Amino acid sequence: MLTFALALAPVHQKYLLEARQMQALSFTVHIPLVCFGIAFPVMVMFVEWLGIRTGDPLYRTLAQRWSRIVVALFAVGVITGTILSFEMGLLWPNFTATFGGVFGLGFAIEGFSFFLEAIFIGIYAYGWNKLSPRWHLLSGVPVVLTGFTGSLMVIAVNAWMNHPTGFRLVGGKVTHVNPLQALFGNPYLWSELIHMYVAAYMVTGFVVAGCYAFAKLRGNWTRYHRVALTIPLTIACLASPMQLLVGDWLARDVAVSQPVKLAAIEGLYKTTHGADEHILGWYENGQVKDGIAFPHLLSLLAFHSWNAKIIGLQSVPPNDRPSAINVVRISFQIMVLVGSALAALGVLYLFVRWRRRSLPTSKWFYWGVVLAGPAAFVCLIAGWVTTEVGRQPWVVYRVMRTAQAVTGAGGIPVGYGALVTAYAAVAVAVVWILRRLARKPLELDPVGIAPSPGGPGTLPTTGSPA
Amino acid sequence: MLRALPLVFVLAGVVLYAVLGGADFGAGIWQLLSGPGERGERIREHAHESMGPVWEANHVWLIFVLTVTWTAYPVFFGSVASTLSVALFIAGLGIILRGASYALRSGAADGRETLLIDGAFSIASLITPFALGCTAGAVAAERVPVGNAAGEPFSSWLSPVPLMVGALSVGFAVYMAAIFLAADAVRTGEREIADSFRIRALAAGAVAGAVSIAALIVVHADAHSLYAGLVHGGALATMIISVVAGLTTLGLVWTRRFEPARGTGALAVAAVIAAWALARNPVLLPGLTIDQAAASHDSLVTVVVAVLAGGVLLFPSLALLFTITLRGRSGARGTAAAATLADFPLRATPTAPRVAVVLFIVGLGMLNAANAGWCHIIGVIALFGFVIAGFTAIVPRELADDS
Repeated sequence: MLTFALALAPVHQKYLLEARQMQALSFTVHIPLVCFGIAFPVMVMFVEWLGIRTGDPLYRTLAQRWSRIVVALFAVGVITGTILSFEMGLLWPNFTATFGGVFGLGFAIEGFSFFLEAIFIGIYAYGWNKLSPRWHLLSGVPVVLTGFTGSLMVIAVNAWMNHPTGFRLVGGKVTHVNPLQALFGNPYLWSELIHMYVAAYMVTGFVVAGCYAFAKLRGNWTRYHRVALTIPLTIACLASPMQLLVGDWLARDVAVSQPVKLAAIEGLYKTTHGADEHILGWYENGQVKDGIAFPHLLSLLAFHSWNAKIIGLQSVPPNDRPSAINVVRISFQIMVLVGSALAALGVLYLFVRWRRRSLPTSKWFYWGVVLAGPAAFVCLIAGWVTTEVGRQPWVVYRVMRTAQAVTGAGGIPVGYGALVTAYAAVAVAVVWILRRLARKPLELDPVGIAPSPGGPGTLPTTGSPA
Repeated sequence: MLRALPLVFVLAGVVLYAVLGGADFGAGIWQLLSGPGERGERIREHAHESMGPVWEANHVWLIFVLTVTWTAYPVFFGSVASTLSVALFIAGLGIILRGASYALRSGAADGRETLLIDGAFSIASLITPFALGCTAGAVAAERVPVGNAAGEPFSSWLSPVPLMVGALSVGFAVYMAAIFLAADAVRTGEREIADSFRIRALAAGAVAGAVSIAALIVVHADAHSLYAGLVHGGALATMIISVVAGLTTLGLVWTRRFEPARGTGALAVAAVIAAWALARNPVLLPGLTIDQAAASHDSLVTVVVAVLAGGVLLFPSLALLFTITLRGRSGARGTAAAATLADFPLRATPTAPRVAVVLFIVGLGMLNAANAGWCHIIGVIALFGFVIAGFTAIVPRELADDS
């Protein structure tokens, strides 16, 4: 193994696991908000466009109400995103100090994307009555584009951590840095990016549709509710079968570029030709117990060959393997099984539409949609746990260990506790505000609803100075 | 030159954050000092409203500062963030509390709830700039050594100079906010509110000036090398500019010319930050100069290009945001435009389902059966095509109508 010089002197951190959990908590809070930032504006714009196209005030009302949710969630996303950028230094100063020059560019561009997104969300949310309908609709386009570029940049950094390129280690020092190569010359970036991007549509679509499915089960079933249900639901139901195929593509990339992660995902100890795939079960002492084995399936899936060689955990020394194999395995299985269930729900919806030309009538279907929102969120987090815990003990795969990246500062448990408390409070607050916004009675106004000062969801229109 | 250029961007970001974000923090603090009764409520309402739609934008400057710093000066960033983790974490908690209470306020149903939420918001608005100011002060006073948490976790920033800088940050925020809020009140035609904030601005200006002088005395006593830097050459000249701009601002506020006062007030803040930076130049941390801290040549070039390109997009967009939000309602000009929008099948087209199925199969073959990179590109495009074709085939709008 190479000897590697850290930018800052190495330290021992007693609370490395707590630091990792703190980071994981921050991501878990932030990622769903990112999903809404990526996918919700597209849905809002589509509804607004329908309103312009048909002249039906219902669409405009729906788009306006949704756009307020976009603003509220984006505002919370600014906070959680700021906290994440703080943690790059607060928790992992040696990672940033050593490799900031390599990956930092991605976050700098992401910062601009985020900034532009904030600006145009502002224009969109406050411009309902200040712009012509067409210009207002167009003001949403930069929101959609920056949502994509922002996720591209963040995933580019993560893909670089999984498959580091764009620099050389000479005498243990990071030299010959080429940030563009590091971020965008990475062939394993694209599968991860598309997987996340489609996930954003699944999470947003199912969560939004789930709210209106719940409303239907409680007897609220006007045309307004049906429009608000069918648009996000249709997008999510189309995205979920697509996601299965994209996920397969990503898994094959992982098999090539991060074989040890694949071995952890499958609980494969020995390097094997024609490896079996196990569903369910528990990894112990180098094998999967009580799982259902499918002979040769892993080789088939990973390399499309009956007897392909799959590298096992054994191929690297114990301290270069993820310590929590079962966390990786079970997260992956949750993602795949729940994701497949969501795809099945999607296909069912598409099938009913095709055969019966109507919405499903069974209340079980709507309970399924209600559950699909949290289920999609679980898949999203399970996927991130798989890729992040599966990369351990490395923060930069096979170059820098997470233990080398961590801060030497004390008090991590205190910070962790404070962050848990703060985020629990934010979670309660978000639920509270969303319920308040939802309870506001519907107003159908062909011109638009001018926000009343202090009313729910309104944000004032006089601005700070330029 | 190249090695210092990103630092110039970072400092520009700090100035913009101090002025625009600072004015927002100050507005939050003024909610705390609004006084009782209906008048106090109106002042709080005005302070809240003026933060308005640029609320997120003003605070993204901080993210800009952080990301450019860690890209261009990684060792500096790592050392500062690890040693000053307590102060930064407190600022982070303040940001969470502030953002959450801002978002919550729109849901408050009655005066009691609003008062409670405003209280939390104000306290967060006070803590955050104070903690960030202490961080900057600790760096300026050479309290941060190079290394992973190598400095003192508490006494590094809980010492005279950092605490004075923290106080100064709060003072500037309150001062700027009072000027901005007075100007906003004039624009919205609320004379009484404008007068309230004029008095507040004059008082805050006097306090901020006094804190500045006190800070200089503390720096003289506690961080002599910084003091020596401040009273020489470019730093001294910039300090003088700051004093002149500060006094001009007071004069302009006195004579109720709030709009130009915004500009001179911002100049005063910018000059103070520039003077402190010039006084420390070329040292970032003890034993670490700008040249030593800078990332490799290619990293600096790419980040400079990225910042310039980003700026070209950013500033016109910001100008657009300010123009639109400061402009009054333009009325509904909608109906004429609607007819000119491109035609789009609002009803199901008979081919759409078949196209969707074909694209899905193409995606399956290209993405999952084939292995070449170009096949994967086609596969991904086909699958996005599947979603779009599928969406037109489903016509959710029609579904909603039928049921």
